[in-house]
Amino acid sequence: MADRKFSKDHEWVEVAGGVGTVGITDYAQGQLGDVVFVELPAVGKKLGKGDNAAVVESVKAASEVYTPVSGDVTEVNQAIVDDPAKVNAEAEGGAWFFKLKLGNAAELGDLMDRAAYDAYLKTL
Amino acid sequence: MSQNPHGTVTGNRGLQLEEPLIFEQGVAGRTGVDLPAAPQVKSRLGKAARKGTIGLPGLSEPQAIRHYTRLSQKNFAIDAGMYPLGSCTMKHNPRLNEKMVRLPGLADLHPMQPQSTVQGALALIDTLAHWLKTLTGMPAVAMSPAAGAQGELCGVMAIKAAHEAKGDHGRKVILVPESAHGTNPATAAACGYSVESIPANERGRVDLDALKAKLGPHVAGIMITNPNTCGLFENDIVEIGKAVHAAGGYFYCDGANFNAIVGRVRPGDLGIDCMHINLHKTFSTPHGGGGPGSGPVVLSAALAPYAPVPFVVHGPDGFKLVEEEAGEAAKAFGRLKGFHGQMGMFVRALTYMMSHGSDGMRQASEDAVLNANYIQARLGDIMTAPFPGPCMHEALFDDRFLNGSGVSTLDMAKALIDEGFHPMTMYFPLVVHGAFLIEPTESEHKATLDQFIAVMRSLVERIKKGDTQFLHDAPKLTPRRRLDETLAARKPVLRWRPAAPERQAAE
Repeated sequence: MADRKFSKDHEWVEVAGGVGTVGITDYAQGQLGDVVFVELPAVGKKLGKGDNAAVVESVKAASEVYTPVSGDVTEVNQAIVDDPAKVNAEAEGGAWFFKLKLGNAAELGDLMDRAAYDAYLKTL
Repeated sequence: MSQNPHGTVTGNRGLQLEEPLIFEQGVAGRTGVDLPAAPQVKSRLGKAARKGTIGLPGLSEPQAIRHYTRLSQKNFAIDAGMYPLGSCTMKHNPRLNEKMVRLPGLADLHPMQPQSTVQGALALIDTLAHWLKTLTGMPAVAMSPAAGAQGELCGVMAIKAAHEAKGDHGRKVILVPESAHGTNPATAAACGYSVESIPANERGRVDLDALKAKLGPHVAGIMITNPNTCGLFENDIVEIGKAVHAAGGYFYCDGANFNAIVGRVRPGDLGIDCMHINLHKTFSTPHGGGGPGSGPVVLSAALAPYAPVPFVVHGPDGFKLVEEEAGEAAKAFGRLKGFHGQMGMFVRALTYMMSHGSDGMRQASEDAVLNANYIQARLGDIMTAPFPGPCMHEALFDDRFLNGSGVSTLDMAKALIDEGFHPMTMYFPLVVHGAFLIEPTESEHKATLDQFIAVMRSLVERIKKGDTQFLHDAPKLTPRRRLDETLAARKPVLRWRPAAPERQAAE
């Protein structure tokens, strides 16, 4: 958990061995409400920092998920496509969206750590 | 009927009758009409022959009539009560419109009749076009788009054609404000543009400096709704137009909310290049209240040459339709729609214009704005408005006044249904948290507005007293209670299937 980072758009990324795992935060799933549909990027897709990477739809609205760091998509979590309710149940756990091989590890420096993100949430 | 919540033997609630699906009522062999047995002939259908029955329900004529009548009684429409669906302009559709559109000389026309036999219809299109140009202060109009979204497509295709005609192929971006209707970015994307969003300022308007920072030789144009989807007039619109033009782009105005400013503002005076007009909103006949959509697009002199065919011109022998992309239509970007547009809507819109007159149309806009401001003022002390100041044709509230209560915008909407009101638009525009977008239109008189306001105030009172369960349980008085929208989206049941195995092949 030590190297989990957060974006202002409520995505999280956790890096291990040059590969980042990306998901949305618990706050984000709470704001969305019941998630009913998830669309993930194709494996191999090159993403720039801040690009639209995935789509998540709830009964209230459809939202885009942006990648907090650039890289090439190496794996996606089919389980949340098959059962979108997982995003509500375990947003910051098993319901990760995709993994990507980091293009530029320095980008992690632009993101917040847990304490900074929690403080940011208090300002919303 | 063991689940019957009304305590009646039948499950009916007074004269509001329970009604099963028509397929559940069908009895094989029952019919409203006796037909002679079909003659036995050799089938020539080959592999196309039907393999099973088609599963039509067997019903008597009164059963069929009652079924649809009962369903219709469960419906709600602008003809039944107040329908304050923001952004939709659910105004009354005057019955004079319906009388005019049913005149045999208009209703019985065929779009492929020789032009010499439909001069009156062409004159009607031309007259409506004249008044649309007059009301908007624009030199040209494309009449054929079938609805607002197709009007947007028409406008953005004209913008694209204009850039390409100048040999300018480097413009790949359309700018769209955060609060835009979803159709705006969808239209830009459909035309091959990428979309960049412009943030709003603290007053709910386009942030002019942020917009200027995004302009450049890569920007094809901008799409702005005015008044915008927060029900606010974009005060900087003239400045926006100048900045976009200075950067070589074109200015698309989404005219979905033109109903707020008819007779008060001519969009042409604001520097726009094109704007669609929802005839079915601004000139009555809303969704389900009159006809289909119709979205003519007014065009500036810069974009007029690229307007789609067909269009009506004055020829030596009367009115003429230009249907080919040649001659005066050589630069037309193509054809958007079969035939000439939504003729029935043209008749209704022109009837509305001529029966109201310029003073009447102006008053309709003013009354729509007055009604919305009355609601905003009477609810402003107990609900929370995201932006300061008066509104245009719709009053917008956010859900801050619900903070900590556990009650959502959705709960409030459901409780309105029990009181006999169609809910307002909720959770749109997306830029406002838990939005309530209330558009009363000019059709509602003060007594109805007061009743609506009294209901909203009573609901907020309940919340203050802690009676929130009442709102979570709503609606209680409807034919069906609150639906499980999550389950419906996650596990939709999209078709009825017969219980009996022998009807498995049924459609």
